Amino acid sequence: MKGAFTLFKKEVLRFWKVAFQTVCAPVLTAVMYLLVFGHTLEDHVKVYETVGYTQFLIPGLVMMSVLQNAFANSSSSLIQSKITGNLVFLLLTPLSPAAWFVAYVGAAVVRGLAVGAGVLAVTVWFAPPGLDNLLWVLAFTVLGAGLMGTLGLIAGLWAEKFDQLAAFQNFIIMPMTFLSGVFYSVHSLPSFWLGVSHLNPFFYMIDGFRRGFFGVSDVSPWLSFAVVSVSFAVAAGLALSLLKRGYKIRS
Amino acid sequence: MPNSAASPAISFENVKKTYRGGQLKALDGVSFDIQPGEFFGLLGPNGAGKTTLISVLAGLTKATEGRVRVMGHDVVDDYAAARKALGVVPQELVFDPFFSVRESLRIQSGYFGVHGNDDWIDELLHNLGLTDKANANMRQLSGGMKRRVLVAQALVHRPPVIVLDEPTAGVDVELRQTLWQFIARLNKEGHTVLLTTHYLEEAEALCQRIGMLKAGRIVALDRTSQLLAGTASTMLRFKTDAALPPEIAARARVTGRIVQVTAHDAHEVETTLAELRAKGVPVEDLEIGRADLEDVFLEIMQGEAA
Repeated sequence: MKGAFTLFKKEVLRFWKVAFQTVCAPVLTAVMYLLVFGHTLEDHVKVYETVGYTQFLIPGLVMMSVLQNAFANSSSSLIQSKITGNLVFLLLTPLSPAAWFVAYVGAAVVRGLAVGAGVLAVTVWFAPPGLDNLLWVLAFTVLGAGLMGTLGLIAGLWAEKFDQLAAFQNFIIMPMTFLSGVFYSVHSLPSFWLGVSHLNPFFYMIDGFRRGFFGVSDVSPWLSFAVVSVSFAVAAGLALSLLKRGYKIRS
Repeated sequence: MPNSAASPAISFENVKKTYRGGQLKALDGVSFDIQPGEFFGLLGPNGAGKTTLISVLAGLTKATEGRVRVMGHDVVDDYAAARKALGVVPQELVFDPFFSVRESLRIQSGYFGVHGNDDWIDELLHNLGLTDKANANMRQLSGGMKRRVLVAQALVHRPPVIVLDEPTAGVDVELRQTLWQFIARLNKEGHTVLLTTHYLEEAEALCQRIGMLKAGRIVALDRTSQLLAGTASTMLRFKTDAALPPEIAARARVTGRIVQVTAHDAHEVETTLAELRAKGVPVEDLEIGRADLEDVFLEIMQGEAA
């Protein structure tokens, strides 16, 4: 596993060397969301009886940042290496598909956690959300970031140009994240859209994560945990299979 | 279990690679071995299949048929051991823009599970003239310097088999000399070297054995000295403005006014000169010399074309 650890370390260093872009910028974006939505909706939207809107919004923004940045890390690293050609340095090594998977997804989780911690550290002062169950918070953060890092790995393998990756990110990941209940409770939606939301795995990641802060959620955290775990297992199986086949990286 | 000590360093066994459902044959049944400690040259025109063959060897491309082994390890079934034994300098000038030279070498070394080898990294940097660039970012290096780093990256895990895919394409004389001195030293120390190059004088000077590829097939495979002796061994060089007789033109290489004609022996030299005189072809600055690998290469390739 020494080789896998080197790749993991390299992937962490890769984003850390440009932390202004990969960590600080997403934190600032999340703060902007909080200021705009929190200020305009605080007095108009009540999601849970004991929780103010800004408080409700903070865990959603933290989790959204974790998920988007975990996806961005593995996908952008792979597509850059493919397009610039330096992926050859990895392809020549004895690293196994499992080692690639652990390293890329592990680094994606680290970036997700770094950005999430940054967003929480800055936004928590606006309206402290409290902490009901740290284990749920950690479980959904790591599992959600792992799932998104894995999807990023799949997207990075599949995409042959930046445009395709941007399409994946903007037309699939971004809508699913925004429509997962970051800014609202899905129970405020009409029944049709409530049903649609329950088909979105991102909803379970955010709802379960929020449960860790408030002790209340739209669905049982165990259901959320099961959905996210199964989604991760399916995505991991697909990613490992693609890596083993050398999909679009070995001709 | 492979027995590395008794195995060829590299073994190609009926390697085929086809594209477009078999319509395009990049490799068409290539078979040969390279023994441990050999300096082997793989030559061929553009599109002959050299890089494809090296890609199959390195695991970058999957062969359609056949087997390839490195130190007895199959490159598919036992890929980890095969790749550990192999150091490949790729043809394209690629680099990771996030890291310095030393970081790149440490990372590449770590991929192979080799850590704490800064002494060897320092030696590589010294031998490739990179010591003062060790902490420079890869983006700041010139093309020649980046090429040196590629060589260092291939050697950083101390592989017994080194593959150089056109390592001196577009680089200056100084790098060529530095590189060949270092690679020759590694070869003397027991490393096996497989070189592809379009600079045939380099191959002639360095390689003990040569294989020539054309259209995905091996068309010549012998010791360099045997190849030079076995084909046209004499070369007539002269200048002329006149048109050559068709029989001579067929075996001549013409560059502007300079004509080079191959001959197998003294008798053929005499008859060639006699024919030129008989046809009234004026000859200036006549030289008679030994044929070099380039002449051999062209003769073999032209022979295959016919």
